[in-house]
Amino acid sequence: MSILVNKNTRVVVQGITGKEGSFHATQCKAYGTKVVAGVTPGKAGQEVEGIPVFNTVADAVKKTEADTSLIFVPPPFCADAILEAADAGIKLVICITEGIPVNDMVKVKRALRGRDVRLIGPNCPGVITVDEAKIGIMPGFIHKKGVVGVVSRSGTLTYEAVHQLSTLGLGETTCVGIGGDPVNGTGFVDVLPLFEKDPETQAIVMIGEIGGDAEEKAAEFIKKNVKKPVVSFIAGITAPPGRRMGHAGAIISGGKGTASEKMRTLEAAGVKVVKNPAEIGEAVKKALGR
Amino acid sequence: MNVHEFQAKQLFAQFGVPVPRGKEITSPDAATAWASELNTPVFVVKAQIHAGGRGKAGGVKITKDKTAVAGFAKELIGKTLVTHQTGPKGRQVHRLLMEEGANIAKELYLSILVDRDTGWPTFIASTEGGMEIEEVAAKTPEKIIKEPIDPAVGFQGYNGRNIAFALGLQNIEPTAMNPFIKMLGNLYRLFMEKNCALVEINPLIITKEKTVVALDGKVSFDDNGLFKHEDVQKMRDLNEEEPLEIEATTNNLNYVKLDGNIGCMVNGAGLAMATMDVIKLAGSEPANFLDVGGGATKETVAAGFRILLKDPNVKGIFINIFGGIVRCERIAHGVIEAAKEVKINVPLVVRLQGTNAEEGRKLLADSGLKLDVANDLWEAAQKIVKLTGKAA
Repeated sequence: MSILVNKNTRVVVQGITGKEGSFHATQCKAYGTKVVAGVTPGKAGQEVEGIPVFNTVADAVKKTEADTSLIFVPPPFCADAILEAADAGIKLVICITEGIPVNDMVKVKRALRGRDVRLIGPNCPGVITVDEAKIGIMPGFIHKKGVVGVVSRSGTLTYEAVHQLSTLGLGETTCVGIGGDPVNGTGFVDVLPLFEKDPETQAIVMIGEIGGDAEEKAAEFIKKNVKKPVVSFIAGITAPPGRRMGHAGAIISGGKGTASEKMRTLEAAGVKVVKNPAEIGEAVKKALGR
Repeated sequence: MNVHEFQAKQLFAQFGVPVPRGKEITSPDAATAWASELNTPVFVVKAQIHAGGRGKAGGVKITKDKTAVAGFAKELIGKTLVTHQTGPKGRQVHRLLMEEGANIAKELYLSILVDRDTGWPTFIASTEGGMEIEEVAAKTPEKIIKEPIDPAVGFQGYNGRNIAFALGLQNIEPTAMNPFIKMLGNLYRLFMEKNCALVEINPLIITKEKTVVALDGKVSFDDNGLFKHEDVQKMRDLNEEEPLEIEATTNNLNYVKLDGNIGCMVNGAGLAMATMDVIKLAGSEPANFLDVGGGATKETVAAGFRILLKDPNVKGIFINIFGGIVRCERIAHGVIEAAKEVKINVPLVVRLQGTNAEEGRKLLADSGLKLDVANDLWEAAQKIVKLTGKAA
């Protein structure tokens, strides 16, 4: 078991003929992911490393039964690409692209409401179920099959946590990057119940950062619904207010969304909060009584 | 990206949001000329900097005397204003907004931004105009009105009525009701069409003549949406930005200058923030946030290095790279390249992990550069803090 994706997931890569798209489609396939199709308008009939390219997502779905989409198209065309995937019957859309205008995402999120499709991202590393499917840009080799579910707003910080988990021999089940943008498709509160239900996942690592109130919402959810141990790190305790720290979402406004406030709320909900990102792995080990 | 008040008001006028008659002024002569043309009982001269609190810092002058405006212009242009938002160094004034005064009957607060929780654009309004809205929200949360707008259909009349009645506009000035609601619709249009991150009017006033006027204006734009708007891009004022941050943007780097003395170069925003946090935990302070991004090349790393070394506060540099898409050996090449160009006279700790980390570490070790290589994050942070000494 795992969450969201597994060895049967059939992936179509939108923007597959671009530099990023072709590189990562190849990497995903090499990891063992079933990358069954690619889409670039006007390039139907071509192949990328043996993956057939189609003009539209609808064509790709019809011919290959793809159920999950991985998006690399440039920011100005991303809203279009996400909606195209949803309309073609894709159930899980994973959008890697960074730099999509917030207002585009506002419209996309509204359009997807009430529909049978989940969007992960944008501006995220993707999703990996260890040894089954890597659908994203994370380095596969740092992962090790194990018992910890990871959900995170950050990319490289997730790799840092995963590296610690793997090195300590704990390993991971599924790692989900939900992305650093202020308006995104899937939040902590959407992923936490999936990990809680997954029999293979014994502990959860949640990596947050300053800005917004996703961590506070997660704390509320954990308090009521999560029995498994949760370890959390919140990046940005040193960040000055009002400044944007790379991620569009990472901005503290008006004293709200500070790291210390988030840490306090999570601790009150029974989450083990670590202040030092180098201690995430050790904290999980302790929480699991190993 | 932020713009000046006079630019915000130009956009307001363009979208049908009423503003006082005014003009950007950059010299005392221009002030005198515009005063004659404006021909109004009261003149307002406002320093234009990207920071609030200008009034308290002496950056706003009001006069009935047409001949006084040149003197005010002379005084303000070139002056450095220190407000609670500029930091102790303050901001130098390069331009002014000179406009007609208004007869204020009532001051209101109004803004629009995307509520991250719902993902919907949301109006925030309050009867407590002219105050710090954060303070109002903290002390009297019942005085904050929120009205979300469904992005599928956009602003509707009922949204406007919800806000207007909640403000008690029917009691304050019933004739202002319709112009107010119309103005809200126009503001929503501005917000969505120009990819704004925030539009704020504080105060929005009801005049004694029963009109609605945006007496102040603040607009910031979503950087990711700027590519759609050439007119907005032209509004960028480089005087208002940190020179090193401008250099970083030109090189596609994400850099924010801070006050500590350990320069950081990291890939990924989250890890960059975590690295800053670790430096603090180890007993010192970061000099900056610098994200070299997912597609870092030799060139971007070299540029990042030059920027870090230009900051005189930097007493040591900590490079923390977790290779994913970024390959560690590329970073190592960048460091070696930059070291050839710029003299590195501060301690340097490099921590490489992930894709091709071994190879990167070996390149650095064989380069003959004076540096420390580390595998572990905490070990690396402690090393650089020890080498630079504790923060003063």
